[in-house]
Amino acid sequence: MTISADHEAQGLADARPDDTEANDQASEVRRKFGISVEDYMLPARHQIQMVNPSGVLKPEAEQGTEPGHEYPIPGDAELMAAYEQLVVGRRVNGQNSALVRQGRMAVYPSSHGQEACQVAAALCLREGDWLFPTYRDAVAVMSKGVDPVETMTIFRGDWHGGYDPTKHKVGIQCTPLTTQLLHAVGVAHAAKLRGEDTVVLAMCGDGATSEGDFHEALNFAAVFHLPVIFFVQNNKYAISVPLSQQSVAPSLAHKAVGYGMAGERVDGNDLVALLAVLDRAVKLARDGSGPLLIEAHTYRMQAHTNADDATRYREDSEVAEWTAKDPITRMTAYLTDRGLLDDDGSTRIAAKAEAVASQLREGLGEDVPVDPQNLFRYVFSTPTPQLKEQSALLADELAREASSQKEAGK
Amino acid sequence: MSPAVTTSSEATERAATGDVSSATASAAASAAAVAEASGPQTITMAKALNTAMADAMEADSSVLVFGEDVGRLGGVFRITDGLMATFGEQRCFDTPLAESGIVGMAVGMAMNGMRPVIEMQFDAFAYPAFEQIVSHVAKMHNRTKGAVKLPMVIRVPYAGGIGGVEHHCDSSESYYAHTAGLKVYTPATVADGYRMLREAIDSDDPVMFMEPKKLYWSKDQVDLGALRAEHAANAETGSSSEGRAAVARPGTDATLIAYGPSVPTALAAAAAAAEEGRSLEVIDVRSIVPFDDETVCASVRKTGRAVVIAEAHGFASVSSEIVARVQERCFHYLAAPIRRVTGFDVPYPAPKLEHYYLPSVDRILDAVDDLQWEN
Repeated sequence: MTISADHEAQGLADARPDDTEANDQASEVRRKFGISVEDYMLPARHQIQMVNPSGVLKPEAEQGTEPGHEYPIPGDAELMAAYEQLVVGRRVNGQNSALVRQGRMAVYPSSHGQEACQVAAALCLREGDWLFPTYRDAVAVMSKGVDPVETMTIFRGDWHGGYDPTKHKVGIQCTPLTTQLLHAVGVAHAAKLRGEDTVVLAMCGDGATSEGDFHEALNFAAVFHLPVIFFVQNNKYAISVPLSQQSVAPSLAHKAVGYGMAGERVDGNDLVALLAVLDRAVKLARDGSGPLLIEAHTYRMQAHTNADDATRYREDSEVAEWTAKDPITRMTAYLTDRGLLDDDGSTRIAAKAEAVASQLREGLGEDVPVDPQNLFRYVFSTPTPQLKEQSALLADELAREASSQKEAGK
Repeated sequence: MSPAVTTSSEATERAATGDVSSATASAAASAAAVAEASGPQTITMAKALNTAMADAMEADSSVLVFGEDVGRLGGVFRITDGLMATFGEQRCFDTPLAESGIVGMAVGMAMNGMRPVIEMQFDAFAYPAFEQIVSHVAKMHNRTKGAVKLPMVIRVPYAGGIGGVEHHCDSSESYYAHTAGLKVYTPATVADGYRMLREAIDSDDPVMFMEPKKLYWSKDQVDLGALRAEHAANAETGSSSEGRAAVARPGTDATLIAYGPSVPTALAAAAAAAEEGRSLEVIDVRSIVPFDDETVCASVRKTGRAVVIAEAHGFASVSSEIVARVQERCFHYLAAPIRRVTGFDVPYPAPKLEHYYLPSVDRILDAVDDLQWEN
């Protein structure tokens, strides 16, 4: 990457003399960052890491940044708010796994180990911005303001969703991989047509980048120049299949340049770097720079879900390596060292996390009766004659059942 | 209701020779030639559909039209002709060539206040979007308990009879009808082209709008001014023909139940039967989902005999559903088992073979003859 920015950008202009849009983009990038459009779009040569696994702030020269890829350290208030969510997120993951073991939840795909990604994805956004999560992103959903119990309803098994996506601008916890990225593109497109400055962040995993909708979403966002941040949590496994069997690209962030958008790699267990990279991405997107692809390197510390057995496909030693890179211990050490976190603060945050956990225990511990008529109520805005018939059939069946139970009780 | 469908002999002739491109160009020319005069005028279904979109876009700035080639070109069938010029590139535009992308983006737009009307270029080209349609378009309202509505229309030019090559003639309506949460409409007349597309765009639920491509060039005398007035009046009173079947031709001896491209064939069969002294009623299903049991069953109870006609393969199809529903509801009125005339259970055939495959007047009359008249 030693070619001078001017030389590179000039070359692009020479190669496509009629393509004024490409020329505009090249000169815009040159003006803003002093680098070529390719150097802007390609991720920095190393993942951005600001705080090392021991919690020590790295010298700027070793953070992995390059010209045009520089990241200021987020402010203290932002760091502390994010740290609080980080601790809450870890507690939520632990509590939910316990609720699954107790039979209170049907399933829970835990983001244990990925909490820094979860928190940063939500906190980099403004209130009117949209977040499009997957099934593993419950902590991100909560961090965007959705009620914890409503967030977990999908896993309790009484409905396929528990919150109103329009209220907190959080899409459904999407299960079919990367289909939600296109919804993110559509939300951003609608906002752009109305002249709103909404930014949309869409989440997916490393395995999901193999899906066709990943390609279609990135391409649509780039072609329509939409403020969408595609945030890939590369947690190294798609259930059991390692990343090496999904892609042989230099990195997942490198895929961005093929769509004409900027990509970046970041340490997904370094909350400071995540906030820095995502904050900048949001700012660029809001300023009209188009979509961005951010890849966060992290690790799924637990099995895919409680139904999965991770020992069948990975070594304990690998898991142990990542335990040493834990996002919470690192952030705790860093903030303590900076004097931002003391025992009182830790106690207060732990109490907050405990309050959320107890809210979950109470909310998910209580048996909410399900209404069988809800089966028919929401299929369409107004039930069709066929659904009304079927609803009457079920009502009659239940009435007869109730009356025969009453008879038997006499 | 009077039989409103006329199939242009010119278009039929072209279809028989497999000349799609000249027929397409002609549809555009005839659509463009129609002045916006009031009173009855002869227009094509293509023009009726085009006018419906233009009127909806005029009435509501959240109505957007996008898809492949729908912008400058006006669509390969010219159904979106002139919309980009009239409403600008923000309201009618071309997308990258990716059907899942088109549908998925429309879902997001509908979540965020828009009413997208999107075009799948051909029936079989919609299959890459199947996951978005089945997993999200159909389920979003239910999953969110009505918090998220998806007022979007997916227009699908479908079915055969145009001498099209492989992947251009599929009857895919059964896939969508089988999916809970999708409305499935298919117009058979020029007037319904306008009426039903306006209703689909107005619907707060997603609609698969199946357009019989061989009827794009069918012509009829319609009064667009009257249709507009009817739409406005319906919007005010909340009443409409939405979700209702129509009696396309009244009769007394047997009922032909058809939809979309098969309605003109059924009408032709009824006309031929009339010459032989047999009075056949033709029901145009119009809305496959929701299905109008009331109108269909009233007719069968009256006549006591029925034949269901559809281009799609008969096995596990909309036609089998109709037979089942009528049988369940009208068994004691039936003088004979219900017959079906459908496409064979084979992949849609090559142009020179399609006339063996498609339901024809003769095949329908044979089925009618088979309805145990001597009993």
